Amino acid sequence: METRELTCIGCPLGCLLKVETDQGQVHKVTGNTCKRGETYARKEVVNPTRIVTSSVLVEGGNQRVVSVKTREDIPKEKIFEVIEALRGVKVQAPVHIGDVVVSNAADTGVDVVATRNVLN
Amino acid sequence: MYDVVIIGAGVSGCAVARELSRYRLNICVVEKEEDVCCGTSKANSAIVHAGFDAPAGSLMAKLNVQGNEMMEALSGELDFPFQRNGSLVICLQEDEMPGLKTLYDRGIENGVKDLRIIDREELRELEPGISDDAVAALYAPTGGIVCPFAMNFAFAENAAANGVEFRFDTEVTGFCKREGYWNIKTSQGELESRYVVNAAGVYADRMHNMVSARKLHITPRRGEYCLLDHSASSLVTHTIFQLPGKFGKGVLVTPTVHGNILIGPTAEDIEDREGTNTTRAGIEELMERSGAVVKGIPFQQVITSFAGLRAHEDGHEFCIGEAEDAPGFIDCAGIESPGLTAAPAIGKMVADIIYEREQPQVNPEFTGKRRGILDPNTLSEQEHAALIKQHPAYGSIVCRCEMITEGEILDAVNRPLGAKSLDGVKRRTRAGMGRCQGGFCAPKVMELLARERNLEFLQITKSGKDSQMTAGRNKDREAF
Amino acid sequence: MLNFDIVIVGGGPAGLAAAIAAKENGAASILVLERDQELGGILNQCIHNGFGLHTFQEELTGPEYAARYIERLQKAGISYKLNTMVMDISAKKVVTAMNRTEGILQIHARAVILAMGCRERSRGALNIPGFRPAGVYSAGTAQRLVNMEGYLPGRRVVILGSGDIGLIMARRMTLEGAKVQVVAELLPYSGGLKRNIVQCLDDFGIPLKLSHTVVEIHGRKRVEGVTIAQVDENRKPVPGTETYYDCDTLLLSCGLIPENELSKELGVEINPLTSGPKVNESFQTSVPGVFACGNVLHVHDLVDFVSREAEAAGKHAALYVKNQTEHDNSADIPIAAEQGVRYTVPNTVNLKRMDEEHTLRFRVGDVYKNCYVAVYLDEKRIYHRKKQILAPGEMEEIVLKKEELAAVPDLTKITVKLEEA
Repeated sequence: METRELTCIGCPLGCLLKVETDQGQVHKVTGNTCKRGETYARKEVVNPTRIVTSSVLVEGGNQRVVSVKTREDIPKEKIFEVIEALRGVKVQAPVHIGDVVVSNAADTGVDVVATRNVLN
Repeated sequence: MYDVVIIGAGVSGCAVARELSRYRLNICVVEKEEDVCCGTSKANSAIVHAGFDAPAGSLMAKLNVQGNEMMEALSGELDFPFQRNGSLVICLQEDEMPGLKTLYDRGIENGVKDLRIIDREELRELEPGISDDAVAALYAPTGGIVCPFAMNFAFAENAAANGVEFRFDTEVTGFCKREGYWNIKTSQGELESRYVVNAAGVYADRMHNMVSARKLHITPRRGEYCLLDHSASSLVTHTIFQLPGKFGKGVLVTPTVHGNILIGPTAEDIEDREGTNTTRAGIEELMERSGAVVKGIPFQQVITSFAGLRAHEDGHEFCIGEAEDAPGFIDCAGIESPGLTAAPAIGKMVADIIYEREQPQVNPEFTGKRRGILDPNTLSEQEHAALIKQHPAYGSIVCRCEMITEGEILDAVNRPLGAKSLDGVKRRTRAGMGRCQGGFCAPKVMELLARERNLEFLQITKSGKDSQMTAGRNKDREAF
Repeated sequence: MLNFDIVIVGGGPAGLAAAIAAKENGAASILVLERDQELGGILNQCIHNGFGLHTFQEELTGPEYAARYIERLQKAGISYKLNTMVMDISAKKVVTAMNRTEGILQIHARAVILAMGCRERSRGALNIPGFRPAGVYSAGTAQRLVNMEGYLPGRRVVILGSGDIGLIMARRMTLEGAKVQVVAELLPYSGGLKRNIVQCLDDFGIPLKLSHTVVEIHGRKRVEGVTIAQVDENRKPVPGTETYYDCDTLLLSCGLIPENELSKELGVEINPLTSGPKVNESFQTSVPGVFACGNVLHVHDLVDFVSREAEAAGKHAALYVKNQTEHDNSADIPIAAEQGVRYTVPNTVNLKRMDEEHTLRFRVGDVYKNCYVAVYLDEKRIYHRKKQILAPGEMEEIVLKKEELAAVPDLTKITVKLEEA
């Protein structure tokens, strides 16, 4: 049996959640004021994920860099690996929103895509 | 071999350089910082004093009144902002009236014109925002305000245009007296010069004491200031001093030539000659003291605070002249308030000393005129439109708080002795000096500096070496 | 002189949404003036996700959110000028603007919408003592350098202020290779979203120190360190609690100020509590035909709410142009913010002009737990809702119904306040 503490992100209340787990299974969530707290705690303990946003260099464009994001959530522990996969990446202008900049970044199965347009 | 090496590119040094450039002399100004106007000249009250403050009969008093009289013509010739807005010394206690009278008498003795004591009613008419406690005031219509940066740059640029050489990032570390000339050791090698002018501000005693047995002692006296946004500009129109009394020496509240309100200075003797840090106590003191004289100061409109160091000599007097035991070494030391006012007269006095000795030929190419950076706000709409047609950069606002165009910034960077850093651009154009303090324009000014000076973005500094604005590129190796 | 039905000052989220709504509500000619080189305003540098949950039911990044509005604006054929600075707006609604290709432009507008956004509180305004070296940046300036130029302002960072931009920048700089050592917050609570505290600080082990502030900046040329101290209940530093942090960068995220210099020169009446114009239910300011929306009106925390508000302002500006409605404010009913409610937008409502429903937005002045938000029409309480928590960082909304207001004869005042449980 393990206990983890989390801050709920559902609202400004920021309830301090206590999550009891046993072999990766959530046993009990306490400290939450509403249902959202429990849902959040279960997800955050078992499978925490994040969208990663960053930027990469552009060549031949009217901007120096283009902003990018993982198209979907990736496992939280892969954040820095995804950033590492973007290091040194250069794309050629023009770039459009949704263009794949790095596919299957850090073996997450998730592509990193452009989030803005950069023209020549 | 130079004829004259001037140490310090502050307002005194540059005023001397400009005066000497009237003659056929080989002149060099050496400055330890990266730019003109980096010491006392950049952080002071920006006041053109009338001249009632300095002790009667002192050199300070004489040069103050002379400098004040020269200012108007000079500001036209060299194109820097100056305004004779008049100053008022406020007396808050009936029993302190004799003090006001003493100040008046001293002013008369010093030769201050149009000086008079006004009563409460007239004072209220002149300045409705003055404290209700005010009983009378000393009114000096000849008092004024000036842009200290612009005046310093004006002297420097005009001197440069007339052939004076400037060496920046060059710190003087020692002197050797040779036959008929000085060998000057600097951080950038040695220089030789027949005359040395010591205009080194808070370091002037160190320079002097390296060549003379008759020691000088200068104390850095820190003065802290608060600057209020344009939105507070209606607070006062005259420069408001408080009569020194039982509550100590008051602080001044004054408009600036650019429409801000300046409050300060405190006075604190410190050891550190680079100690231009502000303090919590200092700023609190300013708020308290200024509030005693002027009603309802909107301190929530403070846009910046800063501190300057006055070069206070023990005898509280300008020390100008050849060091007795060091021929050819001319001091221009102890230049504290009213040093800015006196600068034109100081320049002339030092130049006269060398002229008397050398009788140099007149520089036939000398031109006394200098054009400042064109401020499109001074143009009519038609003129501004015509200017944009000719130079589109004047149609592009970079600093939105002070409404500074790209054209002005390009001029500041590309003119002689042009700006090399963000602070250099700021002091020349006011870009970044407004209410957002460069929050929006700094990246744009960095871009322009990089482009015009052919530098990498990473090399752009705030104020010269060791003040890089950025530390690296995103995700670069050093980071991991 | 150019002529337009509506001139919109600012092409950020507020200006874009206002323009599109004005077009949809019948304004024939609309011109958006943008000082930057592209539309979208500050969204272009907000490359993190979390925008648009309300508007598009999906999580977009700032540039993506902006792009959707820009596309709609272009499809609607609305004119805009980039790199164009508005210099002045006269009481007769002549807008003077400037750019490098056309020089100085005079544009006559039948209605003007102010959408200039806001700026960050600077180090100077915060009166932080110490030296003035390189390395002190507002969080937004750092955001621009990192996200749009690709440069790191520094490598060892301390952040003062836990507003959302500061929190977001803590994560951005960490991901790009900087070490963020601490976030200090003067208040006993953070103004930022809980989600940002967790995902921008906790995820990376960055400590948040509440009731702490920077009491000195060290370093003459470049920041060498800062001293942080605890503050007491009057927000004064407590002697003896100072801690020195070795760092090369101090980021400031200490509040946003609506940019109303143009509005003030035009004579628009300003609400000192928001630093934005006072407006009625149509988002019209005290100057007839001049409207305001977005962060120039009051600082928002979610862009979705900016878009909603701007759409309403755009619609009412279009109706104003269509009807040339006399600016009759004789029947305006004032809205008072009391007991914990710091301000409301709008400041008045007029039943003749009011839509069937109107979203009133407000902020509270402190953190309140388990209290009630109440709305009174004169003495009559018409709204009483329990809130588990109310915080200054969260904008609140109440929908006012015209029907309910009209039901009170000779209504003289609407009051919004907090009440104890």
